[in-house]
Amino acid sequence: MFDYTFQWRSALRALPDMLNGAWVTFETAALSMIFGVLIALALTVMREGKQPLLRGFADGWVSIARNTPSLFQIYILYFGLGSMGLHVSSWIALLAGITFNNAGYLAENFRGGLKAVPTTQMRAARSLGMSAFQAYRMIIIPQLLRVVFYPLTNQMVWAVLMTSLGVIVGLNNDLTGVTQDYNVKTFRTFEYFALAAALYYVIAKAIVAVARLMAWRLFRY
Amino acid sequence: MFSTGFTWNDLMFLLDGARVTVQLTFWAILLGTFAGLLFGLARALWPRLSLPLAWVLDVFRSVPLLIQFVLFNSFKSIVGLNISAFSVGCIVLGVYTAAYFTEIVRGGVLAVSLSVRRASRSLGMSYLQDLRWIVLPMATRVAFPGWLNLVLGVMKDTALVMWIGIVELLRASQTIVTRIQEPLLVLCIAGLIYYVMSLVVARLGARLEQRWQEND
Repeated sequence: MFDYTFQWRSALRALPDMLNGAWVTFETAALSMIFGVLIALALTVMREGKQPLLRGFADGWVSIARNTPSLFQIYILYFGLGSMGLHVSSWIALLAGITFNNAGYLAENFRGGLKAVPTTQMRAARSLGMSAFQAYRMIIIPQLLRVVFYPLTNQMVWAVLMTSLGVIVGLNNDLTGVTQDYNVKTFRTFEYFALAAALYYVIAKAIVAVARLMAWRLFRY
Repeated sequence: MFSTGFTWNDLMFLLDGARVTVQLTFWAILLGTFAGLLFGLARALWPRLSLPLAWVLDVFRSVPLLIQFVLFNSFKSIVGLNISAFSVGCIVLGVYTAAYFTEIVRGGVLAVSLSVRRASRSLGMSYLQDLRWIVLPMATRVAFPGWLNLVLGVMKDTALVMWIGIVELLRASQTIVTRIQEPLLVLCIAGLIYYVMSLVVARLGARLEQRWQEND
C-alpha cells in the first residue's frame, strides 16, 4: 500500500528560492496591512459621520468585504477589471484584493475598538482647541490602536495566509507560487508543499512573537 | 451593448455550484463542530494534559488552507486512500473548522464562572451532570456568536476547494466565464449568491441569538 519514497533532498534544494518567495509573501502581507489599516481608519471615520453617502459607501465596503470570499474579491479585481480594459498584474490584483478584505474586517474591529475610547476624550481634545483631524490623529487613534492591537496581529497572520491565493490568479514569485512552480516541474507535491507549510507556520509564529514583543514594549505604563 | 450570452442554464449551473458549496459547508461544520466540541472541552477541563493538542491545532490555523488542501490531497494519493476530492475537501475543511472551534468552545467553557459550577456541585450534581446541565448550556450562549462567524468564514473558505478540482460556486463561474467571456457579469452574479447565502445564515443566527437572550 505504501510504496512512495519521499525525496526531501530535492525539496531542500529549493529552499533558497522558497525563502525568497517567503519574503515576497511577507512583503505583500505587510503592504496590504499598512494600506488596510489606513483605509479601515478612513472607513471607520466615515461610518461614524453623518454624511449618508460616505456612510453608505463605507457600510457597503465592509459588508461586501466580509460576506464574499477573499478569492472572489481577487478574481473580481483580476478578471473583472481586465474585462473593462484595465489590465492589472496578478500581484497587484492580489495586493488590492487582500487590502480590500483587510480593510473591511479591520473597519469592523475598529468600530468595536472605538466604543472602548470614551467620547469625552474627543470632546476634551476639541475643547483644548484641536481640530477634528488633530483630535483623531493624536488622541483617538493612538488609544484605538492600543485596543485593537491583538485583532490587528490576528489580521496580519490572516493576510499572510491569504497571500497564498495569489497562485490561483497566476502569481509565481510568492511562497505558494514558487512552490507550485517546483511542483509542476517535479511532481513532488507533498515534499514541496510540506516545506511551504512549515515556512508559513514559521512566518505566522514569528509575527505573533514580534507582536507580543511589541505589545510588551509599547503598552507598559 | 446590453446583450449577454448568459443563459438560464448558466444560472442553473451556478446554483448547482452553490449547492456544492452549501454541502461542503454543512459537512465541514458538522465534522468541525463535533471534533471542536470534544477538543474544546478537553482544552478547558484538562489544560495541562491537552497542551499537545493545542499545538497540533495551532498548526492548522497557521498554515494556509490552500496548502492544507494540496498537502492532504497528495497525502491521500501517497497512502492510497481511495476517496473523492469532495471528501478530501470536507475532511480538510472539517479539521480546519475544528481547530478554530476548539478555541471558541474553550473560551465559552472558561466563561462559566467557577462559583456557578461549585454551586451546582454543592446542590448534589455529579461532575457529569454539572457539565451537561450547567456548563454546556451557559457555554453555548457564549460560544454561539463565534460559531456563527465560523460558519460564515468556512462558507467563504470553501471557495478554495476549486484548487483540488471540485466544481463549486466560484469554479462554476469560471467555467461560464471561459465560455461567454463576460467575467464581470458572471462574477458579480456569483458574488451576489455568496452574499445572499452569508446574509441568510447571519440573519437566522441573529434571530436565534435573540431568542436565547429572551429570559436574561
